[in-house]
Amino acid sequence: MAVGGFIAILLIIFLVAGRVTGKLQRPLTILICLVPAVVLALIGLVIPAIDTIVTSFTNQQALTQLPAYIHGVGLKNYGYAFTDPESRSTLIRTLQWLIIVPIVAVAVGLAVALLTDRMKRPGLAKTLIFLPTAISGVGASLIWSYVYNAPVYNNDGSAGAQTGLLSQLAIKLGWKHPPAWLITSPGNIYLEMMILIWIQAGFAMVVLGAALKAIPEDILEAARMDGANGFTLFRTVQIPMIRNTLVVVATTITIATLKIFDIVQTINNGNFNTDVLAHKMYTDMFVTNQVGRGAALAVILFLCVVPLVAYNVVQLRKDRTR
Amino acid sequence: MSIEIPSLATSDEPADVNPMTPATSNVKAVRTAFSHPISTLVVLLIVIFWTVPTAGLLVNSFRPKVDANTTGWWEFFAHPSLTFQNYHDVLFNSGGTVLPLVNSIAITIPATIIPIFLASMAAYVIAWVRFKGSDFIFFTIFALQVVPIQMALVPLQRFWSHGAHLGSVTIFPELGVNGITEIWLTHTMFSLPLAVFLLHNFIAALPESLIEAARVDGASYLDIFRRIVLPLSTPAIASFAIFQFLWVWNDLLVAKTFGGIDPSQQPITARIQNLSGNFGAHTELLGPAGFIAIIIPLIVFLALQRFFVRGLLAGSVKG
Repeated sequence: MAVGGFIAILLIIFLVAGRVTGKLQRPLTILICLVPAVVLALIGLVIPAIDTIVTSFTNQQALTQLPAYIHGVGLKNYGYAFTDPESRSTLIRTLQWLIIVPIVAVAVGLAVALLTDRMKRPGLAKTLIFLPTAISGVGASLIWSYVYNAPVYNNDGSAGAQTGLLSQLAIKLGWKHPPAWLITSPGNIYLEMMILIWIQAGFAMVVLGAALKAIPEDILEAARMDGANGFTLFRTVQIPMIRNTLVVVATTITIATLKIFDIVQTINNGNFNTDVLAHKMYTDMFVTNQVGRGAALAVILFLCVVPLVAYNVVQLRKDRTR
Repeated sequence: MSIEIPSLATSDEPADVNPMTPATSNVKAVRTAFSHPISTLVVLLIVIFWTVPTAGLLVNSFRPKVDANTTGWWEFFAHPSLTFQNYHDVLFNSGGTVLPLVNSIAITIPATIIPIFLASMAAYVIAWVRFKGSDFIFFTIFALQVVPIQMALVPLQRFWSHGAHLGSVTIFPELGVNGITEIWLTHTMFSLPLAVFLLHNFIAALPESLIEAARVDGASYLDIFRRIVLPLSTPAIASFAIFQFLWVWNDLLVAKTFGGIDPSQQPITARIQNLSGNFGAHTELLGPAGFIAIIIPLIVFLALQRFFVRGLLAGSVKG
């Protein structure tokens, strides 16, 4: 297949270039090794990014629109993004996601990392919590939509046999007439957030767990000798020592939350007031023929991601040179 | 310490932690011996909460259609009714999951293997074959990690369909490749910044003496890459490979954008999302289809967990 052909070509190139000795060898090697990666990066990332930025300043609507009909409109698409009521509520909802998911995921991950630290055999527990990281957003949405199945009612209004776990629990706990969870806003967005938290907490747990383990044992012992225990130890010693890692984990999860598409698409397709930035961008570009507006949303997403990644990089650099 | 404390089993994590001195291992032994039953209980509750949803899907996928649609999956334990018919239908009927699974494999394998070669070549040259501008190129490729996929979707789609033109001059002819190829080419391009970064981290730290010795022996630059750098980089390559595999297999956005609505070009994620959108129709297939889609990356992940964790920690945590 493609991979076989690729490797064959590579071997041939290597064979031929291996024959070259002398002054040409160095530049030739550099050329062969660097050019494919650079060219692909250009085609796949640099040029399209510039293209999208340019598109965000135009009024392009359909993907296949003829260039003759496309012209620049300045910042109109950006203005639309922030003033149109539906667009504005999408942005606000995205903000809610960005605040809630990282905080809760980090909190859960940290809690589990600390607690399993004290267990005799934490391996299985940690693996089970880490497992959702390997599950796709689509798969996770599928799993949780079974939990969130709408309550079933008989003809007389009483609750029938339930198919959703949440419905069953709610009714057993006394809630007489719970709503259809996933189509009831604003509750449904928190249910969707739970799915992302479910996926991300394992990541937080692993990275924070490693950071906690990296705290030198003598510091902990010294603190314990001074009388610090349990929560005090946690607050005054452990948290400050892993602060950098905490921030890196939080920003990484925030970036992932900014781009959330799979869950929103699979559960409700953005309907019932669940739309978020990355999903609306997709709908604009490929469904409702508003490519210019979608491009503006993509650029907004880009601008939000840049400071987060930059911060991450600075933190990593700081850690390295310590 | 005058008391003899029996050594207890330590955790089964990869041996990244410094070997403990006898004094500290005693402390750890004390801590472990008196581990809080409450913390174990809390962890147990969290683990149950985390695993129950997946278990529900699994149980439901083995129940006959009528049962699965009318009663909750927990009824399975009170009134067990097992069937393999769902899995049979999902795998072997037309419109089933065999084609999407094959598509997923056809997408994921090239998208994992090809970036490994391209990125390791570039990383090697930047790290060991110094030249003017190597720093700049590395920094640019590294900085490209910042660009989200969303920025490139529309232009790439146009590129695959129409080629690249500047005015009336054709720079790149229309390639006419099918959806699957478009998808893995896109994934390859997008993984390059991170791949080059991860592999460069590792390759730059290889012992200089090894490479120097090979140079002195008259090996060409490419020989060194093939015989020394590449084999030694297998841990980093394994970490990246499993990252990339999971990411590409689980992706929905790129699959939907370039696969379109043609079902023969859909990988398994897009197919499941499609299925779940059809209210009511074929819902009995959704459970087993979903579980099959999930179990494959799960198995890969469990088998290579160590490399995955190592990759996560590479650069995330000091030490």
